[in-house]
Amino acid sequence: MQSSAFQMIHTKIEKITKATVSLEASGIGNEEMAWVDNRLAQVVKINKNQVTLQVYVGTEGISTNAEVVFLGRPPVLKVSEHLAGRFFDAYGQPIDGNPEVEGEEREIGGPSVNPVCREQPSELIATGIAGIDLNNTIVTGQKIPFFADPDQPYNEVVANVALKAQADKIILGGMGLSNDDYLYFKALFENAGALDKIISFINTTENPPVERLLVPDMALSAAEYFAVDKNEKVLVLLTDMTLYADALAIVSNKMDQIPSKDSMPGSLYSDLAKLYEKAVQFPKGGSITIIAVTTLSGGDITHAIPDNTGYITEGQLFLRTDTDIGKVIVDPFRSLSRLKQLVIGTKTREDHGQVMNAAIRLYADAAEAKTKRDNGFDLSKYDKRCIDFARDYSRHLLAIDVNLDTKAMLEVSWRLFEKHFSLDELGIKKAISDKYWRGPGNNGN
Amino acid sequence: MTRGIVTGITANLITVEVDGPISQNEIAYLQNNDERLMSEVIRITGKTAYMQCFESTRGVKVGLPVEFSGEMLEVELGPGLLSKNYDGLQSDLNKKEGLFLKRGEYTAALNEEKKYEFAALATVGERVNAGFWLGEVKENWVNHKIMAPFNLASEWIVESVAANGIYGIHDVIAVIRNDAGERMELSMTQRWPVKIPIRAYREKSRPYRLMETGYRIIDTFNPLAEGGTGFIPGPFGCGKTVVQHTISRNASADIIIIAACGERANEVVEIFTEFPELEDPRTGRKLFERTTVICNTSNMPVAAREASVYTAMTIGEYYRQMGLSVLLLADSTSRWAQALREMSNRLEELPGPDAFPMDLPAVIANFYARAGMVYLHNGASGAVTFIGTVSPAGGNLKEPVTESTKKVAQCFYALSQKRADSKRYPAIDPHDSYSKYLESPEIQQFLSERSGPRWVSDVLSLKNRMLRGKEAQDQISILGDDGVPIDYHVDFWKSELIDAVLIQQDAFDPIDSFASVERQEYGLEMLKKICDRKFRFQSFEAVAPYFKKIINSLKQMNFCDFNSAPFKEFEAQFKSMLNEGDVS
Ligand SMILES: Nc1ncnc2c1ncn2[C@@H]1O[C@H](COP(=O)(O)OP(=O)(O)OP(=O)(O)O)[C@@H](O)[C@H]1O
Ligand SMILES: [Mg+2]
Repeated sequence: MQSSAFQMIHTKIEKITKATVSLEASGIGNEEMAWVDNRLAQVVKINKNQVTLQVYVGTEGISTNAEVVFLGRPPVLKVSEHLAGRFFDAYGQPIDGNPEVEGEEREIGGPSVNPVCREQPSELIATGIAGIDLNNTIVTGQKIPFFADPDQPYNEVVANVALKAQADKIILGGMGLSNDDYLYFKALFENAGALDKIISFINTTENPPVERLLVPDMALSAAEYFAVDKNEKVLVLLTDMTLYADALAIVSNKMDQIPSKDSMPGSLYSDLAKLYEKAVQFPKGGSITIIAVTTLSGGDITHAIPDNTGYITEGQLFLRTDTDIGKVIVDPFRSLSRLKQLVIGTKTREDHGQVMNAAIRLYADAAEAKTKRDNGFDLSKYDKRCIDFARDYSRHLLAIDVNLDTKAMLEVSWRLFEKHFSLDELGIKKAISDKYWRGPGNNGN
Repeated sequence: MTRGIVTGITANLITVEVDGPISQNEIAYLQNNDERLMSEVIRITGKTAYMQCFESTRGVKVGLPVEFSGEMLEVELGPGLLSKNYDGLQSDLNKKEGLFLKRGEYTAALNEEKKYEFAALATVGERVNAGFWLGEVKENWVNHKIMAPFNLASEWIVESVAANGIYGIHDVIAVIRNDAGERMELSMTQRWPVKIPIRAYREKSRPYRLMETGYRIIDTFNPLAEGGTGFIPGPFGCGKTVVQHTISRNASADIIIIAACGERANEVVEIFTEFPELEDPRTGRKLFERTTVICNTSNMPVAAREASVYTAMTIGEYYRQMGLSVLLLADSTSRWAQALREMSNRLEELPGPDAFPMDLPAVIANFYARAGMVYLHNGASGAVTFIGTVSPAGGNLKEPVTESTKKVAQCFYALSQKRADSKRYPAIDPHDSYSKYLESPEIQQFLSERSGPRWVSDVLSLKNRMLRGKEAQDQISILGDDGVPIDYHVDFWKSELIDAVLIQQDAFDPIDSFASVERQEYGLEMLKKICDRKFRFQSFEAVAPYFKKIINSLKQMNFCDFNSAPFKEFEAQFKSMLNEGDVS
């Protein structure tokens, strides 16, 4: 394998665990890469002459006299324009049958952008989905995950958002992707004629889980190349980050670290933040936007993985099936885009903020009314109107298959308000309602 | 100086074999090719120093040389701290080269070249002690005091003071000597170890004034004292950062120090972008003139998170020594605690609850204890007011960081997921939150002098209304709308009124986001009047629509400039509605 003549070959492994091997070696750098019995490994601990390596594919069958060759460098990716249109594995090796990409070798998982060199994100990404554009507007340079139960069509949604997002490059980091989903992404991008702007780093369920740990760094290093060197708008899709975190847990567990909540490593927050914080808007126009998927188990967002994710990302988009209309919606309650205020009402129509808030408040009233109904109480007229409104709102706006521009979404909202409510039930600023409310009781008309 | 050799590396924990004496928390530099990586001693056993490295340790090898500095982590204090963006180790981020942070690049905290106009305050022959005001310079609009070193143990005598004029920060501006005949040349700057509180004052007093934040639910309901402490726990996305940022814009402090500790880079970018433009609502000066940002975002080295909050506190204490009122905001103290946890686990210490270090409560208590209102030796007063956010895992307040903080902070602003979900911002829970200052005799006296003798009892009466409203709501949801007396509906809607008009406040509306004291006085009086009224309704169905109308008008008033023409219009509208309510 790729060892060159001057590299020393070690053949005396002293300790083997499920994920790591330890041996005596000197002059080794922390986080350096190595081949252990032809498997890629990385230095995770050095104590005097004792070096411990994490073997990505696992240590099954490794013998104490296996060959260990240190590469003298951290993990790298070769970057160039030729990355575009290609499919790679977690190590950056082609899996599409084409030759290796030539380009400049860059360390993956490199340093952070100086915060004072960042630009405040302000460019809206239109997806056509009201649960996003109307209620949780996203912008370039943002990092936001979909929170979804495993049975939600999250990969379809993510892929569609990506295609509508008008990015210069879309980089897919697939972790524990099922083969079906991998082929789905591939076919969708191909059919959209978008293959030449897509780069994929794929770890499927058939690959060893620990390999996944390299995928986000690979994807983000490629993203940094296009965003910094080429000033491009790059969209990075990371799915499924829950499986990434699971792999972190496997490793830390095997290295005898004290687990914190939900058997996750105590450093989970920092580990995830290091990835998500690669999302950035540069002053020269390049940007990295991260749209991730975090699958939940039984909708539990207090589990350490979604919880830490929520503390890191700039909001979350919560997928849920609305039983009233039998369709998947972006749940207005638990979803949030924290950067929306940077564009709402300035990059979109002035009434955006007020309309959004009024609609969600009324939707919340509907939820309370439903609870009341479920508890067997009579509903007031207002309760009934709220419930009717909520159904309309779900059907005409929230459903994931509705495709409108923001202005149309606002118009639909006003019409629904007029249909179900009186003006003073909206609590909207008068200056705004004077202009857009067409129902009764408007002094402005 | 002591030297050493690296013997082991696990993530950012480095073990070093040393050849001489070293001390706990001493700073050392690890020489890796041409990079010097700063680390701090956190444990010593025999000749082995365990060090936390403030940088990424990628590529670090066993055998690298280490040089100890003989000093703990220090900051440089002097004119020019304001308007700066520092990292956790007080490197000026604007002076760093390149788009990406290069490890081992430490930039100067202050500007060597900048000259200040110095005016002497001390006279030759005067006896001075630690923190004595020797002179002053103008930093932005602040009278920045040049002070005698904070570690002077005894009284010294001023031998000479520079003539008024223009000087650089490192020029000698005074010479002092002590009884033993030792002389010391002083410049405009001094260094101070961040983990040690500056104590150059006569006494720490009980807080007796309020820090106005512009948030109604804080200033009116749960006031924060100048020199006081408060904390904001809440699940992710409930508004901790928004509350802190709004306070940093509107608070009645002279100086604002923002410590962004292990949170998002885009949040500090917001400050960098907006503060040079935004104005202080009281003085009309640009906000960044009174602000210093210490930022160690979540992707920056974990060990420096701890340093960042101490750096921020030390800079805060420095300005307090000038007789100024400083507001320190740290977001989020949980990230700092997590950094301690990561290190403690690597050191294989016996873990406490949730694997946090055993001494976490003490660490938090000591930090909060550094806030306070002090009388300086010259009789002037200064304050450090501290508000920290806490990010409890899973939003569950029964966790070590929240519990330890609750024991020491005097104000508790609990953010509720339910309120955030229904967009009732700020999501500060009106029932769970409290301010112990509302019960303090000094603050009660302050309030009664400022806003009249009935203020505190009016506040308590509205808070009580909130509670009654909740009870009424519970009853209604158990017994049904028509299963309770109409009064229950009225009680519930009175609490909704207080909620909508006083508690809820749009942080993104240019007018509503800041409520002056005058406005809050008007608001409280008006709400009290409405709530004290007895309403008679024919049926429960009439209650909600009536109150919604009132709420609508009052909310509209919140969006108008105080006492402006449209404000008056809505006021008249609501007054006439109020009379309608009486007769129905
Ligand atoms: N007072 C407010 N007015 C209007 N919107 C608000 C207010 N407070 C919070 N929000 C909304 O909630 C979002 C999240 O708030 P914020 O970022 O302050 O949460 P947080 O508690 O700091 O979360 P985290 O712990 O993840 O940092 C904001 O981006 C904004 O959309
Ligand atoms: Mg926050």
